[in-house]
Amino acid sequence: MAKVKIFVTLRESVLDPQGSAVQGSLAKMGYNEVTDVRIGKYLEVQIGDTERNIDELVKEMCEKLLTNTVIEDYRYEVEEAN
Amino acid sequence: MKFAVLVFPGSNCDIDMYHAIKDELGEEVEYVWHDATDLSEFDGILVPGGFSYGDYLRCGAMANQSNVMVEVKKAAEAGKPVLGVCNGFQILTEAGLLPGALLRNKNLKFMCRTVQLKVENNDTQFTNQYEKGQIINIPIAHGEGNYFCDEETLAKLKANNQIVFTYSGENPNGSLDDIAGIINERGNVLGMMPHPERAVNDLLGSSDGLALFKSIVKQWREAHV
Repeated sequence: MAKVKIFVTLRESVLDPQGSAVQGSLAKMGYNEVTDVRIGKYLEVQIGDTERNIDELVKEMCEKLLTNTVIEDYRYEVEEAN
Repeated sequence: MKFAVLVFPGSNCDIDMYHAIKDELGEEVEYVWHDATDLSEFDGILVPGGFSYGDYLRCGAMANQSNVMVEVKKAAEAGKPVLGVCNGFQILTEAGLLPGALLRNKNLKFMCRTVQLKVENNDTQFTNQYEKGQIINIPIAHGEGNYFCDEETLAKLKANNQIVFTYSGENPNGSLDDIAGIINERGNVLGMMPHPERAVNDLLGSSDGLALFKSIVKQWREAHV
């Protein structure tokens, strides 16, 4: 059993209009020290008993479905349950 | 010529596409549900617009995992014409049948209006009934039509004349180089954000989209009859 936390972000070369809009709002509120905002996605995936290597499994799922590597990067953390 | 209009949960331009083929083009057409496992009886595959799987995760991501997409890949491999419009375009990029991806519109708005397109390449099986450089009126309706690819891919698209349609005048979504539609290297898979199936009769405001479907039929007839 494991809980996998997956963070998906737009690649640096990809413009993030949502992030820019949020940065604009923050600036209007007076938070002028904010220089950039990027919006991403967070997924929690529970994995039951498996004979497969968790890293291999997570990478495969990320590359086949959970992310689009043309525009997105991802990283993940695995929390093993007791 | 017999067309398949794919239907996913959340497709909403499937009926327009069916109407365009059956009533305006006068060819055979059938709806095909997303779990179909055989497309061999069809000569052309149409992937319509909509919000397949509610656009959850990413537009087109889940639809790409449907059974029918395995068959669409086979049809493309066999050289059959495959047209993806709007969400259909997004699905074809997710499937890797076309390069690049569609991002959120630059202005963050859902854009729904008729735009002018320029026919950049009329030497394709989807555009042989247009003039090169012709300006046509076709409606758009999308929130994520901002075409993106890396520089290397863009250079390749240009070198191979794979950019088929661009937005003329105003770019409604911020797409790279005003790209509205691209074709694969082999020339049998076209993806475009604007909706030619909604512009097939003057009563709809424009009939400029009909020539796209006529082009497909012309090419097919020349090869098969």
